[in-house]
Amino acid sequence: MLFSWDYLLQGFATACTLQNLMWATIGCLVGTLIGVLPGIGPSSGIAILLPLTTVLPPTSAIIMMAAIYYGAMYGGSTTAIVVNIPGEASSVPTALDGYAMARQGRAGPALAISAISSFVAGTLSLVGLTFFAPVLANFALAFGPPEYFALMFMGLSLVISLSGRALLKGIISMALGLTASLIGQNPLTGASRLTFGSIEMMAGINFISVIIGLFAISEILINVEHSVKLMYDTKVRDWMPKWADVRQCIGAMLRSTGIGFFLGLLPGCAPAVTTFVAYDVERRVSKHPERFGKGAIEGVAAPEGANNATTSGGFVPLFAFGLPTGPALAVLLGGLMMYGLQPGPMLFKQNPQFVWAVIASMYIGNVILLVLNLPLVGMWARIALIPFPILGPLIILFSVIGAFSIRFMLFDVWVALIFGGIGYLMRKLGFPIAPMVLATVLAQMLETSLQQSLLISQGSPLIFFTRPIAAVFMVLALASIFRGVWVQVRNRGPEVPLEDEE
Amino acid sequence: MKTNILVTCLAALFFSCGFMAGTVAAQEKPYPTRQITYMVCFDPGGQSDREARRHQPYLDKILKQKVIIDYKVGGGGALGWRELARSKPDGYTVAGFNVPHIILQPLQQEVGYKTEQIIPVVLFQRTPLALTVLATSGFKTYQEFIDHARKNPGKLTIGGSGTFSGYHMATLRLEKLSGAKFTYVPFTGTAPQVTAFLGGHIDAIMGTSDDLTRYKDKVRVLAWATEKRFPGFSDSPTFRELKVDLVEAVDRGVAVPPKTPLYIIKKLEAAFIEIATKPEVMAEMKSQGFMPIAMGHEESTAYITKMTGIYKELTVGLKK
Repeated sequence: MLFSWDYLLQGFATACTLQNLMWATIGCLVGTLIGVLPGIGPSSGIAILLPLTTVLPPTSAIIMMAAIYYGAMYGGSTTAIVVNIPGEASSVPTALDGYAMARQGRAGPALAISAISSFVAGTLSLVGLTFFAPVLANFALAFGPPEYFALMFMGLSLVISLSGRALLKGIISMALGLTASLIGQNPLTGASRLTFGSIEMMAGINFISVIIGLFAISEILINVEHSVKLMYDTKVRDWMPKWADVRQCIGAMLRSTGIGFFLGLLPGCAPAVTTFVAYDVERRVSKHPERFGKGAIEGVAAPEGANNATTSGGFVPLFAFGLPTGPALAVLLGGLMMYGLQPGPMLFKQNPQFVWAVIASMYIGNVILLVLNLPLVGMWARIALIPFPILGPLIILFSVIGAFSIRFMLFDVWVALIFGGIGYLMRKLGFPIAPMVLATVLAQMLETSLQQSLLISQGSPLIFFTRPIAAVFMVLALASIFRGVWVQVRNRGPEVPLEDEE
Repeated sequence: MKTNILVTCLAALFFSCGFMAGTVAAQEKPYPTRQITYMVCFDPGGQSDREARRHQPYLDKILKQKVIIDYKVGGGGALGWRELARSKPDGYTVAGFNVPHIILQPLQQEVGYKTEQIIPVVLFQRTPLALTVLATSGFKTYQEFIDHARKNPGKLTIGGSGTFSGYHMATLRLEKLSGAKFTYVPFTGTAPQVTAFLGGHIDAIMGTSDDLTRYKDKVRVLAWATEKRFPGFSDSPTFRELKVDLVEAVDRGVAVPPKTPLYIIKKLEAAFIEIATKPEVMAEMKSQGFMPIAMGHEESTAYITKMTGIYKELTVGLKK
């Protein structure tokens, strides 16, 4: 499975045939659309199109499905920025600064920088995939349950910086999120918890419906209460980012590429986790952390770059071992296997044309997406100009469809509506929402890896400190917790709440 | 007068229709006359989905009706099977099902269906399990592994997918039969189980034959829980050869709701058996590391009853 220029060039030749270019473009379009619609994520998008695999040749089909996956990452930021409604967990950090920018009349630059950052990170991480896949593949294997727990624990410690000054409220919000994730079956033992005897609730709370509720529905409720005419009433200051804006983001793009790509190699570290980490890192390295949450352009570039880098990273263990790192790639793996293609070391040996054609198509797809998305910036930014009495119901409609499309269960729609109510109360009471989202995203991995680690160590928590990778993450997590608490105690340090407290 | 005749005619027509419908229902209605829904109880792209899609084109041809695939995912399959148990028994809803899942889930807790409510039409595929270590492991044979476990009770970890699952049962049965003690580490599926195993984070797994076939050059199978040695792994013994009476597998089949008329079951059974015994289907399954089987309605029912007995005995005292 070693790299060779021959194979890569052949791959480009295959990917550039008219037919494959067409399927890549269709995939990019569908992906962008799926990303824009709240709730309908790449996994359902790919799943819906799986039957197409019976008509298309394998290379074209997988090229299209991969395009849907990374295309969705481009589109996901749109609603997050324009109307503060992240369609997926991975766009939650984007909403923090993106929406602030939009309210300042800079939706255009925010959208454009997210497309540019997606392109840069997407392409750079593809280079990583192209040249280092065999070396990096083993990275995924270095992570066992204790390492995952330590990583998730570190992820959870981001709550401290996400809640800013409202630390106690942030922790309550996190605790609520963790509790909500307990509803349903224990992922390992299948035992029912907090289901109150209802079989329906055994399916558990899906975090996508939680996000739809917390952001989309509660946003609408707030707007209805204020009987607004428009989502926000500001003159558009500029449509495109200035060169200075782009330059300001270069560091963020590079850092987020690294973070996204490496975390993307790990099964379970779906883009949802990496975007939070990238956002937090950017805030820490920034000379002006106080600008974050108030429309810092790097705060948009970082998560958007990270989620695209994560998607490329995810293809490393998928191709090398047949291990999917997230639900969308699991569906894609299913697609591969329907063609009788067995991912794993043999795939590179037996079907090099196929693998390299897909990789080459991803380079092309990224260009297509940039070309596709930049001109659309103006159109998306104008969404906010739709009168609210029309836009509001539309958002509710798409939210309900999105919630239903997760598992085709009415239960998920109810979850979204209930969390809409919870989100509304949280906003009224000044509770930050991001920690709750982060908690629901991390909860399952956190729980299963803790349970597995303690089984392996026969109950000793020392296992998290005796293994080097785990120890590094644990130390980082503890350090960030102590620092956060210390800043809090020393009272009103530079930390500020990240979300509007309306 | 005219209206009277009309009314009489209509009444006669109505009654005769009702009468005819009654007699036909008592006998057999033509089946199938419309599209059939094939419910998949696991995520799209998973093995159950792939099997349904393997069946779909053949079913279309044999039954001469469109077969559509629908997903009802959740609770490790339980949500879908509960839906099946409540569906109309008219043969237009069938669902993929797994043994031992449908036996163990109702044994563990209230899941909204009972094992007897899942009426098997066919069992078409077997996925045997095997006790496996990495190719680089110090344990060369089953005996070395067991001896080590006997000396260090609970120290060796065996990974599987979920608790109250076939993997868990196989581990428990092995403990019971060998007298050794292990620590069973559950994972949320076979993909994370294999990842942790390949990374060396657990000592051994109860691996599935398809996974083991895929990672053949990286693993060493200590013993197969099969009756005969598994094709492609002729160097690895079976548990039975090692005097351990352990045969354990995950089986896939197709089921219909309770009270489905026998003639409908028979019609579906014939179709699925025809597919399961097609040489090209069998060859495909074998190359992917599965064992093609073709157990009809009666045989599957008897098999499920037998396995229920074994699991009931094994799980007594397992629940808190």
